[in-house]
Amino acid sequence: MRPLWFLLQKEFRQIFRDRGFIGRLFIAPAIQLILLPMAANFTVKNVNLAIVDHDHSTMSAKLSNKILSSGYFKLAGYTDFNSRANNLIENDKADIVMEIPKGFESNIIKEGSQKMAIEVNAINGVKASVGFGYLSGIINDYNTDIRAEWVQPEASTQPQISVISSYWYNPALTYYIFMVPAILVSLVTGIAGLSAAFNIVKEKEIGTIEQINVTPIKKYQFILGKLLPFIVMGAVVFSVGLLIAWIGYGIVPIGNIAILYLFLLDFLFAILGFGLLISTYTETQQQANSLMFLFMMVFNMMSGLYTPIDSMPAWALFITHLFPVSYFIDVMRMVVIKGSGLHDIQMQILYVFLIGLVLNTWAILNYRKTT
Amino acid sequence: MNETVIKTNKLTKRFGDFVAVDGITFDVHKGEIFGFLGANGAGKTTAMRMLCGLSTPTSGEATVAGFDVFTQPEEIKKNIGYMSQKFSLYEDLSVLQNIEFYGGIYGLSNKEIKEKSKELTEKLGLFKEAKKVVKSLPLGWKQKLSFLVAIVHEPKIVFLDEPTGGVDPSMRREFWDLIYDAADRGITIFVTTHYLDEAEYCNRVTIMVDGKIEALDSPAGLREKFGVPTMDEVFYKLARQAKRSAD
Amino acid sequence: MLFGLPVVQIVLFGFALTNELKNANIAVVDNSKDIATQQIINKMEGSNFFHVQKTLTNPSQIDAAFKSGKIKLAVVFPTNFNQDLLHLNKASVQVIADASDPNTAMTLTNYISSIVTDYQGQISQNSAIPYTIIPEVRMLYNPDLRGAPNFVPGVMAMVLLLVCVMMTSVSIVREKELGTMEILLVSPVKPLMVIISKAIPYLILSWVNLAAILLLSVYALDLPIKGSVPLLVVESTILIMTSLSLGLLISTITSSQQSAMFASMLGMMLPTMLLSGYMFPIENMPVVLQVISNIVPAKWYYIIVKDVMLKGLGFSAIWKETVILIGMTLFFLVIALRNFKIRLE
Repeated sequence: MRPLWFLLQKEFRQIFRDRGFIGRLFIAPAIQLILLPMAANFTVKNVNLAIVDHDHSTMSAKLSNKILSSGYFKLAGYTDFNSRANNLIENDKADIVMEIPKGFESNIIKEGSQKMAIEVNAINGVKASVGFGYLSGIINDYNTDIRAEWVQPEASTQPQISVISSYWYNPALTYYIFMVPAILVSLVTGIAGLSAAFNIVKEKEIGTIEQINVTPIKKYQFILGKLLPFIVMGAVVFSVGLLIAWIGYGIVPIGNIAILYLFLLDFLFAILGFGLLISTYTETQQQANSLMFLFMMVFNMMSGLYTPIDSMPAWALFITHLFPVSYFIDVMRMVVIKGSGLHDIQMQILYVFLIGLVLNTWAILNYRKTT
Repeated sequence: MNETVIKTNKLTKRFGDFVAVDGITFDVHKGEIFGFLGANGAGKTTAMRMLCGLSTPTSGEATVAGFDVFTQPEEIKKNIGYMSQKFSLYEDLSVLQNIEFYGGIYGLSNKEIKEKSKELTEKLGLFKEAKKVVKSLPLGWKQKLSFLVAIVHEPKIVFLDEPTGGVDPSMRREFWDLIYDAADRGITIFVTTHYLDEAEYCNRVTIMVDGKIEALDSPAGLREKFGVPTMDEVFYKLARQAKRSAD
Repeated sequence: MLFGLPVVQIVLFGFALTNELKNANIAVVDNSKDIATQQIINKMEGSNFFHVQKTLTNPSQIDAAFKSGKIKLAVVFPTNFNQDLLHLNKASVQVIADASDPNTAMTLTNYISSIVTDYQGQISQNSAIPYTIIPEVRMLYNPDLRGAPNFVPGVMAMVLLLVCVMMTSVSIVREKELGTMEILLVSPVKPLMVIISKAIPYLILSWVNLAAILLLSVYALDLPIKGSVPLLVVESTILIMTSLSLGLLISTITSSQQSAMFASMLGMMLPTMLLSGYMFPIENMPVVLQVISNIVPAKWYYIIVKDVMLKGLGFSAIWKETVILIGMTLFFLVIALRNFKIRLE
């Protein structure tokens, strides 16, 4: 075990001598955790609405007012001309166009109903459905207002089903709490997991690995000596991240923090195995760089960080379930936002451990001191 | 002084159809400075790697420090030292830290490490520089330090792979002084090089051509055998028959 | 690898990335178990959006189901649901959503609401409730609310940029590193020719990539090109030029392949992903980021592709963005050439 001790001593000395160390471990995560959630804010608000009013009645005015004072919408244009409104949608100045037809007020009062055309730019499907959801909700409310004004309560013979909605765990409906834990996972992956690959390949390139190969150091000692420092780094980055989440965003995990750390260990086991595996297949730092970049991109895009996993086609789902990253993001969100417990995440713990076993075994088999 | 520390018999290494080392047979005695010469591609490095336990031979036999290269590579590693072409010190660590590291992994106790550190830094004349990173040392110092670190555990044999590349002649002379010093203490030196003037420093040399040993004797003996005044010309005579040209 | 990688990217990200909602697992707690609840539940089961996962027996199980990630939303019918409807003309349904992801929660809730409203309309005895505004909605450009229309143009921008900026800069810097650049410059060949010769292979490669991307979009992703294909190709070529000149610029300010790659990633990939508008809504960002997004070429290209490919608009709609892109190209080129000349002295 003594050789292992000397290996670790060397690794930590090298890490501390590296000037970029403080930057990588503290500043870069801090910046990313602050900038990214600001960008990854998917809240639908400030929907640009263009109103085409052919009626100019009290009702049309009241409806418009109600919509605009709801806080969800910004007026993109108020016009008499359909063509102008269409232009606004084409130029992305308006997201939704609402057309109040001529005879709006009189039709509602006399005929009892009035159709109203609404056009929504649906290129971004989520924005379209949420935005339209806001609008139809307000229109429904306005309907109720009209009836309250014009109809005697006892005369109501129509069945009404009211939908009472409640939003659990995140009643403020903010995106920070959803994104910050996930972004932290991405950070830990990059700093702990992929840097490990980089570190080993650097030694390969310089030639110090060959020197190690000639010494009595055993395979497992060398590998442990490489992995342990990165486990420590991963834990440090994670802790710093949790702190920033708390101080910067007021995010306090509802669930048990110990569970998070337990999963972190499980995760690091897997992702470091992955880093190790990559290092056995690359010879130069440049190769390692390209591969790492590729994987980080794939992880960032396909692990459910920004887009939901459930919507992916079957083959993509399959791929996603091979990444330890996807499970960790899931677990982070579950434990931090909802307070999920150990037995809720037991499958995830198991899968990640299995993935880790496979990756590490594969890597160790690959890594040979003698060619 | 006549104890055999390296013994090979028809040692061969094949990579597919390519025969890098073709049935070489030789002995090395304790305390000898044994030179392995040859052009690039002749097979020197491959042969050395087999003896270090870095590469498994395809066929033949070899024992190093009394251990078999096929079945006991781990034992061999405990008893040898190695200095590669790239020097292989950790450039981002200090001189003392490098000594401490290699001492530690070769099993030296803390006390022994301290003593060795003192001894090495004095021998090299480094005092303040001992705490500085290796990267800041001039090339000649790095080279000497590399060698001394390679023998920090007083191994039976030390393997040097083209150790003097890129260094000027006066530095090379100082380097060889260190080698003589080690040989006097009973450490066997196995060195590969393509600098033929260094052949003169060795007790015996072999010259490899196309994977085979074409000559094995002391430098004086070889000069006499081929009737030429310098090792350069010995080599020239042999190399003219060579068919391969890059390692 | 230069061809394969972008194709792989478009396949992976174009197909897999989507923010549309489907197959959401929901649960129903039916305390009434009457004909009304049954019909509403049937409607929900028939919808693509939901997968009615299980019928929980009491509301206290909802928290556990959310926590284990099994469901995203729960619908709770009170007792006497149909009775209340028949006798009191009033009933209520509770919809509880896991709001970890707010948009999903809101959208799913809205879907349930509209199913309930539908049912309400069905059972109304008169043809319509009086004083009703009936919104008739048309989802433009993407009636099925698919994810591909939103993401594919963005992935296109990323892919074209990736190849051109990174590869060009790395390849030029590699010659600098190896020293062969100097040899070229001492030769009779004019510097401009050297640069052009570096850029042309990547231009051609990008055209090939563009063709592959468009073919995949149309035939595999079912995303037809509504507007003019030649216009799209011309605009894409302009973006390719912009990226090539950016790559050139990077190559004049970096001295190692490593840093060229790093600069490409930091100066191009990251801003493109973050600030071009296809992943994250620019309008939600702090003003500073919104301003910065204006200097990201991908942002303008994204608008152009959406307008031409998805909306079928013509040049008159995108002339402004085109001019901006051309302007950026010239800007990068001028600075790159200036740096290049300085290097020579």
